[in-house]
Amino acid sequence: LPVWFSINADYFFLQFTIPIDNGDSVKTAEADSQRTLYPYVTGTSIVAIKYKDGVLMASDMGGSYGSTLRYKNIERMKAIGKHSLLGASGEISDFQEILRYLDELVLNDNMWDDGNSLGPKEVHNYLTRVMYNRRNKFNPLWNTLVLGGVKNGESYLGMVSMIGVSFEDNHVATGFGNHLARPILRDEWHADLSFEDGVKLLEKCMRVLLYRDRSAINKLQIAKITEEGVTVSQPYSLKTFWEFKAFNNPTAGAEGSW
Amino acid sequence: LQTRAPRKKKKAKMFRNQYDTDVTTWSPTGRLFQVEYAMEAVKQGSAAIGLRSRSHVVLACVNKAQSELSSHQKKIFKVDDHIGVAIAGLTADGRVLSRYMRSEAINHSFTYESPLPVGRLVVHLADKAQVCTQRSWKRPYGVGLLVGGLDESGAHLYYNCPSGNYFEYQAFAIGSRSQAAKTYLERRFESFGDSSREDLIKDAILAVRETLQGETLKSSLCTVSVLGVGEPFHFLDQETIQKVIDTFEKVAEDEEGEAGEGDAEAAAAPAEQGGGGAGDQDVAPMEM
Repeated sequence: LPVWFSINADYFFLQFTIPIDNGDSVKTAEADSQRTLYPYVTGTSIVAIKYKDGVLMASDMGGSYGSTLRYKNIERMKAIGKHSLLGASGEISDFQEILRYLDELVLNDNMWDDGNSLGPKEVHNYLTRVMYNRRNKFNPLWNTLVLGGVKNGESYLGMVSMIGVSFEDNHVATGFGNHLARPILRDEWHADLSFEDGVKLLEKCMRVLLYRDRSAINKLQIAKITEEGVTVSQPYSLKTFWEFKAFNNPTAGAEGSW
Repeated sequence: LQTRAPRKKKKAKMFRNQYDTDVTTWSPTGRLFQVEYAMEAVKQGSAAIGLRSRSHVVLACVNKAQSELSSHQKKIFKVDDHIGVAIAGLTADGRVLSRYMRSEAINHSFTYESPLPVGRLVVHLADKAQVCTQRSWKRPYGVGLLVGGLDESGAHLYYNCPSGNYFEYQAFAIGSRSQAAKTYLERRFESFGDSSREDLIKDAILAVRETLQGETLKSSLCTVSVLGVGEPFHFLDQETIQKVIDTFEKVAEDEEGEAGEGDAEAAAAPAEQGGGGAGDQDVAPMEM
C-alpha cells in the first residue's frame, strides 16, 4: 500500500505534529491539520527533453485517486507567459494553485509593458523559491514540476521537486519516469534531435511507462515549445502489444497464488 | 487672512511664502513648494554626469571635499553588476536610496536568478519618492539620482527627481554648474548611441571638466564608473582616468604651443596618487 494511504489514527497524528507558525499565530495540533499531509488526486510521470528547436514534453491525461484511475482528461502541461511550458506530476489541486500564482506573476509582468519579459529561467527560479518556502513551513505543494522554455534562441529545461530540490538538465522526468524513462534517455538522447526523432524518443519512454506504471493511462499529449511559442497536441493513444507468449499462460512456470 | 509666527529667513534662492511649510499644502497656483525646494537641494550638490551608448553607460562626478582635511563624499554607488547610480544633493538621502536600490536588485536576483530590469527599478524608486510628497509627516528626498543600467532592451540612463518623476536620457548632468556640462552634452549627444566605450568615457570626463569652469582637471578631482554589455559595473582607477585626461590635455597643450605649458604639465603629471606637483593647492589629502 502506498505510504500516504496508511491508517490515520488520530493519536498517531497528534503525537508527531509540531505546532506550526503559519504566519498568524502558533496553531494547536488540531488547527494545523490544514497543512498538506498527503496527496489525493495525483498525476503520474512527466518526461521532457531538449531538442533542436526547443523543448518537448510528454504527459498522460490521467488523474488517480489512490489506486482508482478516476479522471481521464486532465491536462498536466500548461503554457506560462510567452516563453515557458510547465508540466506537473503529483497533487492536481496543488498544480492548479501553482498555475494561479504564475497567472498573477505573468499578469504583473505584462502590466509593466516595458519590453522585458519573464523567461523560463526566471519562472523556474520563482517556482523553486515557492516550493522550498512551502517545504520549510511543513506545508508543501505536493508536486514535481518540469519547466521548459526557449528565450532568445536559448533552450531551457529544469525541474523542481516538492521539497525544493531544483536543477536543469537536457532531459528530465518525474516520478516513475525517473526510473523507467531516464535510462532510455541517457542512452538515446543527443543534442539537436529533430522534432520527429524527439517525439519518437518520448513515445518510446511513454510506452514503457504505460506498460509498467499502474497510474498511467493510454491517452497522452505531447507539448512543444520553441521560440515561436507553445503548442500542446491533441490527446492520442500509443499502440501497444500484448501478444507476448508469456502473457498467454502467465502461471505456466509457477503454480500457486503468486 | 491668516496669522503665522515670524520665521527665520531661508536662503533666498526662491521666494518664501505661506504655502511652503509642509509638503501636503498646495499653493494657490498649484505648486508644492517643499518639493521644489527639494529640487533646489539637488542643484546645490556637486555635479554628476551620465551618458550612454547602445551598449555602455558611464557615470562621472566631481569629488569635492569639504575641506583640505577631509576626504570627499562617495557619490557613485554600485547597485548591482548591471546598475550604478550617481547622486547629487543630500548625499545622506542618496546613500539611503542606494541601499534601497541594492535591496530591490538583490531580492529580484534571488527570486528570479536574473538581473532586475533597470526600468523597473527606477519606477520603484520614483514611487518611493512620490510617497514622500504626499505624507504630512515626511519630507521629499533631497537628492537627484542618475541611474544607469543594462537590461534586455539595451543600455539605459534615467534621472530620478525628488518630485517622484523620472525621465530617460541619452546624457544628462545634475548638480552645481551642471548647465555647462549639459551644454557640452547637448552638442554631442546624437553621436553617443554609436560611441565606442573609450569615446564615451572621454566625453564624460570632458563634461566633468566643463563643470569645473577653469579649474585644472585632475584625476583626483573626478570619479568615473562604467558598465556595459559584458562589463559589470566598476570604477575606473586614477591611472586610467589620468591617461584619458592626458590625451586631451596634451592636445590642448600642442594647440596652445608653449604658452599654457606649465599648467597642462601639472595636470598631466600622474606621479604619485594625490599628486604633488608645484602649485597644487587644492589636492585632497585622502583618496577614495
